[in-house]
Amino acid sequence: MNRLRDNSPVIIILIIFVLIIVGFEFVPLYSVITSSFQDNTGHGFSLAQYSNALKNPFYYQSIKNSILISLESSIVGIIIATIGANSISKFSTRVREKIITMSNMTSNFSGVPLAFAFIIILGNNGVFTLIFKKFGINLASSFNLYSVSGLQLVYIYFQIPLGILLMYPAFDAIKEEWKDAASILGASSFQFWKNIGIAVLLPSIIGTFNIMFANAMGAYATALALTNGSINLMPLRIGALVSGDIFMNPMQASALAVILGLILTIVNIINVKLIRKERTI
Amino acid sequence: MKKNLIVHYIIIIVILAFLFIPLLATFVFSIASKWEATILPEGLSLTWYSTIFKDPRFISSAARSLLVCTITVVLSLVIMIPTVFSVVVYKPRLEKYLNIITTIPFAIPGVVFAVGLLNFYSKKPFMLTGTIWILVGAYFIIVLPYTFQSIRNSLRVINAKQLMDSAEILHASKFQAFIRVVLPNISKGVISSALLSFSILFGEFVLTNLLAGGQFETVQIYLYSKRAESGHITSAIVISYFVVILILSIIILKIGSSRKERKIEENL
Repeated sequence: MNRLRDNSPVIIILIIFVLIIVGFEFVPLYSVITSSFQDNTGHGFSLAQYSNALKNPFYYQSIKNSILISLESSIVGIIIATIGANSISKFSTRVREKIITMSNMTSNFSGVPLAFAFIIILGNNGVFTLIFKKFGINLASSFNLYSVSGLQLVYIYFQIPLGILLMYPAFDAIKEEWKDAASILGASSFQFWKNIGIAVLLPSIIGTFNIMFANAMGAYATALALTNGSINLMPLRIGALVSGDIFMNPMQASALAVILGLILTIVNIINVKLIRKERTI
Repeated sequence: MKKNLIVHYIIIIVILAFLFIPLLATFVFSIASKWEATILPEGLSLTWYSTIFKDPRFISSAARSLLVCTITVVLSLVIMIPTVFSVVVYKPRLEKYLNIITTIPFAIPGVVFAVGLLNFYSKKPFMLTGTIWILVGAYFIIVLPYTFQSIRNSLRVINAKQLMDSAEILHASKFQAFIRVVLPNISKGVISSALLSFSILFGEFVLTNLLAGGQFETVQIYLYSKRAESGHITSAIVISYFVVILILSIIILKIGSSRKERKIEENL
């Protein structure tokens, strides 16, 4: 009896924990999957939403755009982050920590505030756009913030601090002694990086790329605030299908959401395989 | 060797410049009375800040953000500390399942959760959309990965199982041992994870917009609704928001570094 009384507050808390997890994690995921297999009236079992997602050019285009923008911004992001992390690793611990702190500071700068900052500096009436115009450079003719290239610039922006944060510990694993040993054995710096450096870094690069890609695929706030929905992307399509006034179709939104989840899972599996393969070599 | 370092300095300066220019330009724009087509602003003023701080909509949206984030973070600590504690100390076999459950929200985009929550909570018997409660539930799930990881790591560092055993040998009840021995020892890690959760939630947009939108206007929703207004107004909101986040992250950093120092002292 005493034991029971001692434990009862904990048992109540555990029950609340289970209820919240079921209610706000499992139920929504279950609900997305089941409604993705319903027809437009929300009944029965049907693959209509999936076939529509792949056949309707509008939805198909959103899938394609999302994958392309996410791939491109993640590739550029990982290259810049890797170069940056390599440079950071050359400095003393104090300088390193300062740089990382500054980079982390900007990682809080994302979503709607980030999009607005870019509109303020590079939008149609942006500060830099107008300054450039005054000097006779017409930025608008080569760059449009509200287009795919603008979106990529902003996506790359939020990928860099994330990439640096995840990549910089990997460079600690490469010991200076290895480089010395390699050079004593007659290897050039290029040969060292080609045969040893990359192999050590690759799992981190792949893992970081994976997180960057997922981050870009799911980015909703930045894209919405920047383009106001004019660029066709998966998160925006899904959002419009559940909150739009005219084109409400939760079943179609669910199918697109499941496809989004599947794309992330597939990329994840490919990356895990790549890391394993690298390790066995 | 020195020459090499110069190249690395240039690389870092270019990257940091790219990261800071949007932020600095937005800041200058927010304190400029007018800035059009000149290198520097034509005059400085705090009009834009006084405009937004006089806007009752801004004040109440900030209060709503504060309210919903605080409720979620407190609830999350009250539920997660005892849950993670009992699993780590008494049922370690369950830890890997807890790990999977708490990692799922990290792997699945917010927009997917939003669709599922809308499907289920926008009709009877669970009419929750548009209320603060659906946000509290959704926010709880968003910060789950961070809360779980930090509580578990804190418990591991102090070796909670051994501490509990020692306290009980000294005739403390389980409850006493938890409150007076374990809790004070994990408080720093827990506080910094709470602040991190708070700053993540303060910046949350996708779930807030889709689940509640204008019915429960947070700072993010307010900012988004001002998209058609002058850049000066939006820049002042962006900077005010960023200052709050910055203060939070500085406190987190300070807590983190004081922990590190203490650990080093202990090792000496």
